[in-house]
Amino acid sequence: MNDTLMADNIIEQAAAWRSAGRKVALATVIATWGSSPRPVGSQMAVDDDGAMAGSVSGGCIENAVAHEAAKTMEDGEPRLLSFGITNEMAWEVGLACGGQVQVYVEAVE
Amino acid sequence: MKRDIFDRLVAAKAAATPVALVTDLTSGLQSLVFEDAVHGGFGLEAEMLDEVRRRIRQDRSGLLTDPQDEDGFRLFVHVHNPAMRLLIVGAVHIAQALAPLAVLSGYDVTVIDPRGAFATPARFPNITLNHDWPDEALTALSPDVRTAIVTLSHDPKLDDPALIAALRSPAFYVGALGSKRTHALRLDRLRDEGLSEAQVKRIRGPVGLSIGAVTPAEIALSILGQITCVRRGENHPC
Repeated sequence: MNDTLMADNIIEQAAAWRSAGRKVALATVIATWGSSPRPVGSQMAVDDDGAMAGSVSGGCIENAVAHEAAKTMEDGEPRLLSFGITNEMAWEVGLACGGQVQVYVEAVE
Repeated sequence: MKRDIFDRLVAAKAAATPVALVTDLTSGLQSLVFEDAVHGGFGLEAEMLDEVRRRIRQDRSGLLTDPQDEDGFRLFVHVHNPAMRLLIVGAVHIAQALAPLAVLSGYDVTVIDPRGAFATPARFPNITLNHDWPDEALTALSPDVRTAIVTLSHDPKLDDPALIAALRSPAFYVGALGSKRTHALRLDRLRDEGLSEAQVKRIRGPVGLSIGAVTPAEIALSILGQITCVRRGENHPC
């Protein structure tokens, strides 16, 4: 069974990557408004190769978050990101996400 | 995240200890709050600490604003509770579908069946198996408010003692496989055993959401759907 599909084990995935000597950043949904696709506390781990585990939306903003995670791994500075996902944007990227989310991105030392 | 905080968080999760990671979004400092201890980068007022611990019990992550602080001191509380548990009585065909579906949904699953021919690792790969008599097994596992219990064996010798133990626990979901007629007879037996009307009414039976399920996998889906509905679905009929 694919472990990364299971709920709430992103910390464990991050720990495994770090033990393997990879740099890791964590992105966490800290607030949502409207019909955002994933609830507060949802997490995504990103490593310095761009590998991703988990999600912070239904696929709408993961790319942008991974990009910011790479910067956080570089400079060690946490980032607070806000996304308003309009239906028009969602249509353009082929996803029916709505709502707004705030995502906190931090590097794991 | 500081290495010490991260390592303690990983250890707490591995030990199934409830914990909250509290992040000061202004400074980036973080503390770990346990029921009986705090570790980390900043101290929390007693009032805030109480609120964080309340949120652990409610399993509710989210932002906290300190009303004392006009600068909008913002804390994010991330609750990491142990996985919800699903205890399945009866290592039958439906259980073979329900166990992996529930694991995928984040449950810590145990299949209980004293009949060694049913509860085998070959039939239940990577699932915890318990070969004790169901009432003894359930008592030992002490179900809490984060536990769901389903009886699937169709054998009153196994299901009835399990249900009696389940109904004396605070489990958030108790379901029993069986037709309307089987279920009515079962409730009569449980009443004869001294269970109250309020207790026997807690049993979801016939188990599962009404979706016309036929195959074992579909029945498993209807059961997991009902467990999800009871857990999450305020204002939804389950």
